Amino acid sequence: MSFHPHALKLDPAQETDRIVRFLQQTVRQTFRRHGGVLGISGGVDSAVVLALAVRAFGPQRVVAIMMPDQDSDPLSETLARELAAQFGVEPLLENITPALSGFECYRRRDDAIRRVFPDYDPARGDRAKLVLPPDLLESGTLNVYSVTVVRADGRQETRPLPPREFLEIVAASNFKQRTRMSTLYYHAEARNYAVIGTANKNEHALGFFVKHGDGGADVQPIAHLFKTQIYQLAEYLNVPEAIRRRTPTTDTYSAPQDQQEFFFRLPFATLDLLWYAMETGVPAAEAARVMGLTEAQVQHVYDDVRRKQRTTEYLRTPALMLPPPVPSAAPVTARAANVAP
Amino acid sequence: MTTPTDIQNIEHPIRAFIASNLLFSSDGFPYSDDASFLREGIIDSLGVVELVAFVQKQFGVTVAQSEVIPDNFDSVAKLAAFVRRKLAATQAG
Repeated sequence: MSFHPHALKLDPAQETDRIVRFLQQTVRQTFRRHGGVLGISGGVDSAVVLALAVRAFGPQRVVAIMMPDQDSDPLSETLARELAAQFGVEPLLENITPALSGFECYRRRDDAIRRVFPDYDPARGDRAKLVLPPDLLESGTLNVYSVTVVRADGRQETRPLPPREFLEIVAASNFKQRTRMSTLYYHAEARNYAVIGTANKNEHALGFFVKHGDGGADVQPIAHLFKTQIYQLAEYLNVPEAIRRRTPTTDTYSAPQDQQEFFFRLPFATLDLLWYAMETGVPAAEAARVMGLTEAQVQHVYDDVRRKQRTTEYLRTPALMLPPPVPSAAPVTARAANVAP
Repeated sequence: MTTPTDIQNIEHPIRAFIASNLLFSSDGFPYSDDASFLREGIIDSLGVVELVAFVQKQFGVTVAQSEVIPDNFDSVAKLAAFVRRKLAATQAG
């Protein structure tokens, strides 16, 4: 099989039919649920899943929920409403800020940030985000996060994150995805519907999700598709252009941040093709020739993808449990068996 | 913190730290000093962060983000060599 720059091109009609049948089969036949609930963020992934769910169940049996918090970009809700209107679904709004305040999400996160930046003051307009080293093609730096504070006047400063602060910031921020998951399951159980996940392959396989958060769903209809393939489906399904053109964001930290900066470290068009090349056994030298890159650049990406897959295996692993106990070898008396003699 | 007299023995505290804090091993560090941390699955990305913090505290060196690369942090041997270079530069400076 030869590797070429159009290797990830889909037949969108055929793939849409396949996913719609999968949704109908799993939700109705396997889970015996009447419809689907999903979160819509104003991003392209949830937009595509909404369009697919409407094809599978009809707009009356799809519940689309917007779940912003105080850090969310208002544009997300605007785009989510436009999306829902396009597909004939009445969206629900669940502002999760009060729940997150109850969990002390913001206080816990900001306390950890202040141990790195003692003058960090959200009330003064400071915002923060976690970042990885940029330019994956040019450097084989490992995935070690730093924290960047953006001041109200736009000045930015980045400092390394010690392990304790890194863990506390991530753990506090993960309340957001887990609160959204709880909200989705409330609406699903109240209607006997299934929760439909919106993770794509890049997120699922490389571990860009929160365990029991946005990873918590009954069915994941697009987790087998690269991000660049999601865009192909979005065009075919008539997802609003403003959503298709929007840069994917994390919608997690208070400072504006795209997913490339937070996690993927490369444009999706490059990452997806190189990842596909790696998966299908294309030597780095051959992928480099096709992509107009150096072999070292391709090798950096191959190594990063493998590292992320391996180090995030925990996220994709369900709770482990023991097999049944071995029966006792000793004869069981009537007394020991707790039955009448 | 490391003194000039124990600069020869950088590997031992690295092995001991990884064994007890990252591998949760009671049998010491069971790999060769050349074993790749990442390829062998010895440490994950959080482990790299912990290793950076350990190196800074234990050996009194400052590690820049640009230095957190596989050439410096992917095996006991590579990490020990990196620490020796940092200590030598500190002492020369």
